[in-house]
Amino acid sequence: MKNKSFLAALAVGLAASTSAFAQTEIQWWHAMTGANNDVVNRLAEEFNASQKDYKVVVSYKGQYADTLNAGIAAFRAGNAPHILQVFEVGTATMMGAKGAIKPVHQLMADAGEKFDPKSYLPAITGYYSTAKGEMLSFPFNSSSMVMWINKDELKKAGVNEIPKTWPEVFDAAKKLKAAGHNTCGFSNAWASWANVEQFSAWHNIPMATKANGLDGFDTEMKFNSPAHVKHLQNLIDLQKDKTYDYSGRDSKSEGRFTSGECAIFLTSSGFYGNVKANAKFDFTSVPMPYYPDVQGAPQNSIIGGASLWVMGGKSADEYKGVAKFFTFLSDTDRQAKLHQESGYLPITKAAYEKTKASGFYEKNPVLQTPLIELTNKEPTENSRGLRFGNMVQIRDVISEEMEAALAGQKPAKDALDSAVTRSNQILRQFERSVSR
Amino acid sequence: MLPLLLIVPQMAITIIFFYWPASQAIWQSFLREDAFGLSSEFVGFENYVSLFEQPEYYRAMVTTVIFSSLVAFFSLGCSLLLATQADKNLRGGQAYKTLLIWPYAVAPAIAGVLWIFMFHPTLGTLSRPIKAVGIDWNPMLNANHAMTLLVLSATWKQISYNFLFFLAGLQSIPKSVIEAAAIDGAGPLRRFWTVIFPLLSPTTFFLLVVNIVYVFFDTFGIIDAVTGGGPAGQTTTLVYKVYADGRLGGDLGGSAAQSVILMVIVIALTAVQFRYVERKVQY
Repeated sequence: MKNKSFLAALAVGLAASTSAFAQTEIQWWHAMTGANNDVVNRLAEEFNASQKDYKVVVSYKGQYADTLNAGIAAFRAGNAPHILQVFEVGTATMMGAKGAIKPVHQLMADAGEKFDPKSYLPAITGYYSTAKGEMLSFPFNSSSMVMWINKDELKKAGVNEIPKTWPEVFDAAKKLKAAGHNTCGFSNAWASWANVEQFSAWHNIPMATKANGLDGFDTEMKFNSPAHVKHLQNLIDLQKDKTYDYSGRDSKSEGRFTSGECAIFLTSSGFYGNVKANAKFDFTSVPMPYYPDVQGAPQNSIIGGASLWVMGGKSADEYKGVAKFFTFLSDTDRQAKLHQESGYLPITKAAYEKTKASGFYEKNPVLQTPLIELTNKEPTENSRGLRFGNMVQIRDVISEEMEAALAGQKPAKDALDSAVTRSNQILRQFERSVSR
Repeated sequence: MLPLLLIVPQMAITIIFFYWPASQAIWQSFLREDAFGLSSEFVGFENYVSLFEQPEYYRAMVTTVIFSSLVAFFSLGCSLLLATQADKNLRGGQAYKTLLIWPYAVAPAIAGVLWIFMFHPTLGTLSRPIKAVGIDWNPMLNANHAMTLLVLSATWKQISYNFLFFLAGLQSIPKSVIEAAAIDGAGPLRRFWTVIFPLLSPTTFFLLVVNIVYVFFDTFGIIDAVTGGGPAGQTTTLVYKVYADGRLGGDLGGSAAQSVILMVIVIALTAVQFRYVERKVQY
């Protein structure tokens, strides 16, 4: 008898003590590799060390598309993570899934965390907010597309000025090729993001109707304009002798820049961490090139990168932890440091001002390049952002057609026409599935 | 009663792992659903109709036929050759046999990554010598190169399995029959084609069926890792399209419709094989 009550007391004691000290785990699924993966790990460690109640557990789930799909599959199976990092083109898909997500503005209000949407940079949060300005997801790593330059190789090839326009890039690439860069004069990662999406915004040409989908899901693609066709045709011609060399649909081939193979390479400004760590040459980044004969170019670039979505169906305590983590991330010093180390854009105005005031950009112009691009001109209908349902699939369609064109199987016009037709089918399908 | 009881575990496994998922797929192929599964609508045969309106679907069918015949032919051919050689009295034969079985233990996606590391146009260790010979090796844009690379890796993966069965088949052929043929004056080649090959036919037939099923269903991991269905969708086979549309594209209804069609094709193929090819098999 005595034994029994002792055991019971012990059990009660144990239960009480575990509930007092148990940490609530916050699962964070992300897609960061290389230097940026270290940043994610360090943020989680710092947050976990800063308080005792919550523990952020990070898991790498592959490239952006893989991470989104892992999150969707986990949601269907009933064990979604709390925080899912979704790239910008997954925004419409996540917005359409009303029951699957917890909007950030609501999360912060429910948890009673201090949250002022106005303290964030509108160029960035606008992409992730409703028309009314309610923030749906928390911007994490925002970037834009920039042109990375290997200064040493350009000098060796006799290119004295860093090219600003596409014709200048083509000339520089030809010189580079003559100077021994046989396999790659210039190249880019993210085939569709570079040559269709950013290209459209930067030249102030609509990629689609309805302000590129921001004004409604009944948008229709229009990226087969003469300017688009001309650009793709130029790439096709240069691909023949590898003055331009295709580098795939995602960022897997970014190493071609750091290894020195491609001396001119367009990719995300968030590539900075890897370049800084791995490039053994003098490098810089400059705004994307443009065609001077297109009126109004350059306009402004659009953001890329990813934001953090909070998944639905979790407990109030878990949401409180997520809210605390977001407050932790918004801290001015932390944002400024994150920006200066990773190359991703600061998301709060205070962090931007702080970095500017510290004179950081004079020493590191590379990090200001995407900010210069984003704020180059007042955004127009064509350059505010993109919001297409099933964009992941649309990107694959665009890349597929570009590959066919670059392989010489069809002319540029046919490839873009067919990409537009196929993308429109995908858009209609998405429209049907969300408008029910 | 006892026979029924004894068959229950096997039936349970078949029902849980085949009939149940298969019926789920059939049901899903009549629905239109968003990626998160928050809403669904019964649409009848619409998924099937829109599938047959896509030129990409027919192209995937052609790709599948090319891909599966190449892989089946080369994996059966190579492993038969290896098995006949390993069946001879070799010094260290046991070591060869063990080494040849190893690739089967490698997961398809890992196998794909291994091959892409060797043959990636810029990073690949083996693409340098290929380029040095003067071939403009680029599986990222050249569909023939991409297909070659896929066939190589899918074949490599399957050779071990076939090798194992061929070796067992060869060892079960009575030595006396082969010796009798040798005494009658048949040379090694003649002995192979008139005695060994016909006696091996049950194994060959079994492997043919298994290999077809393998290329139809099991290769999407390799395709995903090596080419991702590209360039320009020219290495997208039926099973990879199921994966790409369903998992990457979030179109579950269309993807389910494709897997139902794929299932029907494989059932029909297997039935044809049993009906016509099996007649030539000598047990």
